Amino acid sequence: MTVCCQRTADLGTVAEIVKKYAGQPGALLPALKEVQRAAGHLTTELLDQVAKGLNLPLSQVYGVASFYTLFSITPKGKYIIRVCESAPCHMVGARSVLKQLERELGIAAGETTPDGLFTLETTSCLGICAVAPAIMVNDQVHGNLSPDSVPEIVRAYREKGGDE
Amino acid sequence: MTMINLTIDGKAVSVPKGTTILEAARQMGIHIPTLCHHPDQLVKAVCRVCVVEIEGQRTFQTACSYQVAEGMVVRTATPAIREARRMIVELILSRHPQDCLQCARNLNCELQTMAEQMGIREVRFDRKLRDLPVDESSPSIIRDPQKCILCRRCVEACHVVQSVGVLYPQHRGADSIVATPADLPLGSIDCTNCGQCIHACPVGAITEKDYTAEVYAAMADPTKHVVVQTAPAVRVAIGEPFGYEPGAVTTGKLAAALRRLGFDAVFDTDFTADLTILEEGHELIKRLTEGGILPMITSCSPGWIKFIEHNFPEELDHLSTCKSPQQMFGALAKTYYAQKMGIDPKNIYSVSVMPCTAKKFEITRPEMRDSGYQDVDAVLTTRELARMIRQAGIEFVELPDEEYDDPFGISTGAAVIFGATGGVMEAALRTAYEVVTKKALPDLNFRAVRGMASIKEAEVDLDGIVVRVAVAHGLANARKVMEDVATGRSKYHFIEVMACPGGCIGGGGQPIPTTNEIRQKRIKGIYQADEGLPIRKSHENPAIAKLYEDFLGHPLGERSHHLLHTHYTKRGK
Amino acid sequence: MMQFYRSHILVCSGSNCSLRGSRAVREALVREVAAAGLAGEVKVVETGCFGLCEQGPTMIVYPEGVLYCKVTEADVSEIVRTHLLKGRRVERLLYQEPTVPKAIQLAPEVDYFKKQQRIVLKNCGTIDPESIDEYIANNGYEALGRAVTGMSPDQVIEEIKGSKLRGRGGAGFPTGLKWSSGRKAPGETKYIICNADEGEPGTSKDRLILEGDPHAVLEGMAIAGYAVGACQGFVYIRGEYVLAIERLQKAIDAAREYGLLGSGIFGSEFSFDIEIRTGAGAYVCGEETALIESMEGNRGEPRIKPPYPTDSGLWGCPTVVNNVETLANVPPIILNGAAWFAAIGSSNSPGTKVFTLSGDIVNKGLIEVPMGITLREIVYEIGGGIPGGRTFKMAQTGGTSGGCLPGTVLDVPLDADSLIPHGSGLGSGALLVMDDTHCVVDMAIAFARFFAHESCGKCTPCREGTPRFLEILQKIAAGQGRQEDLALLEELARVMLKAPLCPLGQTVPVPIMTTIRHFRAEYDAHINQKTCPTGVCQIGAPAVAD
Repeated sequence: MTVCCQRTADLGTVAEIVKKYAGQPGALLPALKEVQRAAGHLTTELLDQVAKGLNLPLSQVYGVASFYTLFSITPKGKYIIRVCESAPCHMVGARSVLKQLERELGIAAGETTPDGLFTLETTSCLGICAVAPAIMVNDQVHGNLSPDSVPEIVRAYREKGGDE
Repeated sequence: MTMINLTIDGKAVSVPKGTTILEAARQMGIHIPTLCHHPDQLVKAVCRVCVVEIEGQRTFQTACSYQVAEGMVVRTATPAIREARRMIVELILSRHPQDCLQCARNLNCELQTMAEQMGIREVRFDRKLRDLPVDESSPSIIRDPQKCILCRRCVEACHVVQSVGVLYPQHRGADSIVATPADLPLGSIDCTNCGQCIHACPVGAITEKDYTAEVYAAMADPTKHVVVQTAPAVRVAIGEPFGYEPGAVTTGKLAAALRRLGFDAVFDTDFTADLTILEEGHELIKRLTEGGILPMITSCSPGWIKFIEHNFPEELDHLSTCKSPQQMFGALAKTYYAQKMGIDPKNIYSVSVMPCTAKKFEITRPEMRDSGYQDVDAVLTTRELARMIRQAGIEFVELPDEEYDDPFGISTGAAVIFGATGGVMEAALRTAYEVVTKKALPDLNFRAVRGMASIKEAEVDLDGIVVRVAVAHGLANARKVMEDVATGRSKYHFIEVMACPGGCIGGGGQPIPTTNEIRQKRIKGIYQADEGLPIRKSHENPAIAKLYEDFLGHPLGERSHHLLHTHYTKRGK
Repeated sequence: MMQFYRSHILVCSGSNCSLRGSRAVREALVREVAAAGLAGEVKVVETGCFGLCEQGPTMIVYPEGVLYCKVTEADVSEIVRTHLLKGRRVERLLYQEPTVPKAIQLAPEVDYFKKQQRIVLKNCGTIDPESIDEYIANNGYEALGRAVTGMSPDQVIEEIKGSKLRGRGGAGFPTGLKWSSGRKAPGETKYIICNADEGEPGTSKDRLILEGDPHAVLEGMAIAGYAVGACQGFVYIRGEYVLAIERLQKAIDAAREYGLLGSGIFGSEFSFDIEIRTGAGAYVCGEETALIESMEGNRGEPRIKPPYPTDSGLWGCPTVVNNVETLANVPPIILNGAAWFAAIGSSNSPGTKVFTLSGDIVNKGLIEVPMGITLREIVYEIGGGIPGGRTFKMAQTGGTSGGCLPGTVLDVPLDADSLIPHGSGLGSGALLVMDDTHCVVDMAIAFARFFAHESCGKCTPCREGTPRFLEILQKIAAGQGRQEDLALLEELARVMLKAPLCPLGQTVPVPIMTTIRHFRAEYDAHINQKTCPTGVCQIGAPAVAD
């Protein structure tokens, strides 16, 4: 699979991050966040490096990384679309927005488009219920959506493509 | 001791402060069912099967975790509690395969027993199994994640008891599993194959890899001469599946059963345990007197060997170069024995019966082919042998006591105690003392190195040479000892390490259940067997003397070096 | 010397308004004010949430207090020309009172604000949250000063106990009692944790408080630290709350610079510092022991209680975990006294409560009202009623872990305990209003899906039971349900209420079972008649498994 956005953090960067946290109590989550920021997603190799650096069993590091939704242990698209499906969004049509996104992107929730541009996920409440239904594309929130507004949003990101 | 008064199911009871409701109820003869609870482990309270009602509390509490309090009123069998327990078991069963009849834990499964006791006759939820493959990559252990009920007992065994840490909860919610990181095959990672997870597992999610079919096939092959050896720890445990108390010494029946199963020659690993003492004892004396690397550390336990290779790859020179008794036996069976009997070694099929799952891995190591063939062909655990005895219709209890065959039939008490933690150390000291001092030991029993204490130490004066020794069992204890070795702070000359708590009698291949209480009983059996033997020092074994005379020459000699010693691999994490 | 401005324009920069473009509006305002030569007379201030999130971007022009709503960048020059230069209001941008057909212009006159009583939110929307000076100018850090220089820790605890303040995170545990347990627990090192892992669906109060008045929370934490005997505090905040994290960090830095955090605060012996820890996406970390596990670098799985965190919390040390809103109540209590606070609202749970209004309600957003107010007052007076004149069907209080209440509950005075007989509670203060177009089965599916997504998987009933709620409800929604399914659902609910390890699991049945309890006929219609009375469910469609 070609994932155009996959940043390849050089192992030196990761080593530096891990070194910074070594020996600190409770360092695993912040370390994983920083490594993910540098590397895009947390490969088993990277997790292994974190495990060694923090002197933790890899199984535990993997167990933590796979627990939290903000950590990715599989490659993700350049744009991660998170569809809120909590009650306030659900009651005003979040499901139909999700279905429209699935149609538009040709993937199901939890999947990544073959071009590596989009990953579609569902998420719990984003806390912006005043503009329900809402989605987050990376750090950008889009609110007051309907199935009709989906194609435009997807098109805009497609046009931006791989550019930052 | 402060006593706490409370009421359980309408009966008043007084128990010491700190007692859990579960313990208090059991003292009163009230059996509260449990799944994640294990007598040797920390409280988990995750399965929730042991919930009880406590007056004044909004929610149920788990009896395994909740400590008694003055005036507490507990009810353990109300309709609401029965409903909750049944519901929880039903939920577990709805995601658990229903192939109990084909399961290795059939009739010895905590979930099966519980479902039976609760009288569950239907599961009202749609059956939804976890779509996860069986991991058969390890030569020792098979993991079937479909059967896992997520009690996390194996996690504690792996992380806390053994500090190996390959099994851990992964993912979240209904997708949670207990698994290796990224589902890496167990056979490809730093699992030590110790099998303590098998003892922890209440169901059949983790089992030994079964080699009985291979052994049956070899016995059915007329061209094969099938020999078998039995490890010291097997004789105090093999009786358990047939109704004997743990620790009952059934050596004679074991030999008889093996003969009836069709093995061509029935030998005792104890013989090569004595041989190990001769080789290892001399190695120790050499290191002590000629300035070798100290501390020297024992090398009989294959789980321990893989552990040090992964975790302390720079410290491998501390290991004794002696092979384990199993592997010494294997090398001799296809050389010395083959010669003696005039059998082509390629036609010898060598089986060992071990308390150990890691032994199944040990025979596959490339170093273990010094006879020119794979030295040992198949390892059966105590459990597998018990199954074979049952399958053959042998009434174990009715068997006469029989002897092992020559030339590997005579052994000493020093060899038997290899089966318990501290035993190798004690056996080595019995020999080293007499070899060095040329004096008879006033007391053969080195009690300081016996028992279940996590790390034991002693000092022995060998006529001016003070030898400081330590014994660790369980890999978490081994790790502690090794951290000092790695940093150069270790004050010891000789260290015995066994991967499993209690030593081999608590090995991953022993009958289920294996708990600390059972381990103690087996240890008692081991020392009882030692004391019952006419010879209790390895260097006094006449068959060993003959072996050196006929074949090996002398301890640490050329032939020994070739057949009985080995080297190790830096594996790293 | 402080510059004198004749006019201040407060532009909301809360997340909801930001989403609607408040930044561009504010920047345009600064530009236009400067272009009009008013830079020395008019000050544009970025503030926290006003609460009128549905009307955003919003701004208030002082000293008159004129509230403008739904302001766009294009409206800015008109505001500058008409209001600031000519002194006339821009009528078309004034707030429209939903119940009164005339435009009302002054913020204090708006029903929305009139019914509210702002203690926690008093600074939100009126000061620049990034300016510690403005916070100090509004009595900020005075309570901390008073506590550490004039009160003993026990006196502080007595004051909080006397105020009868109860936790605002959901469980409603008496704060003074928690602090006193923490104080009494033996141990050299103790911690204060501010729980800002706000994940309850339909709740954004903690985020908006942190965005709008971060110093109030820091001050509350420092007072808690003094009372309990802790010298380190942590704010555990959702990783998704980017703006709040940024503001909080600035506030911590400023407080350190002013010596309000650090060693020897106000020249006393008391030292206290605060660090931020961010979550990584797990609702269950809102549960205090799961939060602590997460801070220690583990999977966010709840621990068995007892021991409680006040005895053995972070790294095994006594730890007091308080919600954002709870802590923001602390400085006003110390300043005004326990009696003042205890007299507000209802007697068994005094004070105010911040609610987040969402769903079918005209004024979505944040409000703060005295305890004891009725749901009807909130929905119809402050909330402006239901859009399109539709009929109220039910309201869910306390977020997805709260119950769904029918119209018969509209006149019950709300406090920490009053909703318990009706199967709910105030919880986090979320208030989701649903009109008669919504199907209860469909809503119950949304609740079940949420919990199935967020169950940590540690204990059996929650891990295995939660997905079964979803599965059975989906069957019913698809017209494949039987009455036995409903009975099984009820049995599962009875077990789930009492058997799981933590409050998350124990609340899974709450929202679902209240929909059955109050709207049984609608379930029966799906099951017996195979019809969805609201037409929401697609009867006959295959039950979707997800």
